[in-house]
Amino acid sequence: MIMRRVAVIGVGITEFGELWDSSFRKLGIGAGLLAVSDAGIFADQIEALFVGNMSAGRFIRQEHVAALIADYSGIARDNIPATRVEAAGASGGLALRQGFMAVASGLHDIVVVGGAEKMTDVGDVESSMIQSSAADQEWETELGATFSGLHALMATRHMHDYGTTREQLADVAVKNHRHGALNPKAQFRREINRDVVLRSPMVASPLRVFDCAPSSDGAAAVVLCPLDMAGKFTDSPIEIVGSGQASDSLSLHHRKDICTMGATRAATQRAFKMAGLSQKDVDVAEVHDNFTISEIIAVEDLGFFPKGEGGKATEEGLTSLDGDVAVNTSGGLKARGDPIGATGVAQAVEIVCQLRGKADKRQVKDADVGLTQNVGGTGATAVVHLFRRV
Amino acid sequence: MATAPRFWRENPSRYNMVGFKCNSCGKFYFPPRIICPLCHRKSVGKTEPVKMKGTGAIFSFTEVHEGMDEHYVQKPYILAMVELDEGAKVTGQVIDCDACDLSIGTRVRSTLRKLSEEGSAGVIHYGYKFVPARENRERSGDE
Repeated sequence: MIMRRVAVIGVGITEFGELWDSSFRKLGIGAGLLAVSDAGIFADQIEALFVGNMSAGRFIRQEHVAALIADYSGIARDNIPATRVEAAGASGGLALRQGFMAVASGLHDIVVVGGAEKMTDVGDVESSMIQSSAADQEWETELGATFSGLHALMATRHMHDYGTTREQLADVAVKNHRHGALNPKAQFRREINRDVVLRSPMVASPLRVFDCAPSSDGAAAVVLCPLDMAGKFTDSPIEIVGSGQASDSLSLHHRKDICTMGATRAATQRAFKMAGLSQKDVDVAEVHDNFTISEIIAVEDLGFFPKGEGGKATEEGLTSLDGDVAVNTSGGLKARGDPIGATGVAQAVEIVCQLRGKADKRQVKDADVGLTQNVGGTGATAVVHLFRRV
Repeated sequence: MATAPRFWRENPSRYNMVGFKCNSCGKFYFPPRIICPLCHRKSVGKTEPVKMKGTGAIFSFTEVHEGMDEHYVQKPYILAMVELDEGAKVTGQVIDCDACDLSIGTRVRSTLRKLSEEGSAGVIHYGYKFVPARENRERSGDE
């Protein structure tokens, strides 16, 4: 297989949060403008646009959002192809992979990948129901499953099988809030302690409010081009050295093991194989912590820790900023925020900042290789990317 | 709002737990599938609907407090993943008990109950839920 090497030459991200004065299109254009300014390119150089978005149709009753973003970016005047990509929570990561493939294949040179979600124009219950639609509507949701409830089933079983403790779950949230406090774009920029998590209202036992990522508005974007062109635009191109995607059963109850995300494992293996790297090479990782249990399962399935030891590793600080592998330096979905379609792209933005050495107070020392893991539903889609400083 | 046929067409499986047996490999599935994920195209024409016994054991469970649509009337409620005796796993509510009465491995059996209602004048949806099996009580009575 002959592929061109692909680099990220520009990144942009809006503030994440409950942004009452920002519309979907304002967020999407905002992130895109930051990314193209960062890359130093102009609209007429963009050859294609990919937009990750889960459910604009239900959140703001607007479909056809790739055309909308192309239009309001001013690039629809040049009739460039604009494509929306959807895989629930993995929409952003999957959009990145589509952009990567478009450049790697030689079909396009300069591609913009965006991700956006505007979640707070609907109420909390409606927002939860929309998120639950990533699960099987007929055989999970209709029978009473909520998105948090399904993750609670994973947590209960993980605690039963591996002795993961309630406190270890809390430690994920505590760490990610500590990191988020250092990120000026994060939704929550305040440190918390275990007590705050353990005293927060119950959502689905054992998961409490502080075990769950919030509803957020926000957008993120990156600009890609062939690595051999990247020097024209930037002194610090970051190469995408590995890209892996995998699927699994839509329903949690059809998985071989509800404490393991088979899709994450398969995507991880594919990404590392493409990159010719291994887990010990990774300095910094953004993983899909939509619930605290998700991060514990992720760091296991990504191969950073043996199965069952994700909680212990978190408790021991091995995933902190100064740990063996710094996980979710942005604050993760928990503290940076989780505007669903934007999340996978926001993860890439954070890793690029880290590998450029521009992550300010949350900088991981000498970060050379970074990883992103983006999950759709309860694990039916997983996308893993590996990035390296050139 | 979803239309009535969307729910009506699934009634055989929601009311009576009718699943699917692949006669190519002998495996049971619930809910029914169009093809067997193990046998693929070889399973076409070799599958039959099979009513599950509805008995099994709790594989994992949670007490849900938040995040459900208002037309699910009772909160909190217990949500479980149940491993049926035929080998298939299903998701459903556990009723007529408290969460503290349950643990992983507790035996349950299915029962037909109201799942949700679309407002005071809308369609009522029925389907399976689970209750602790009598054998649990007998066992605790022996102690």
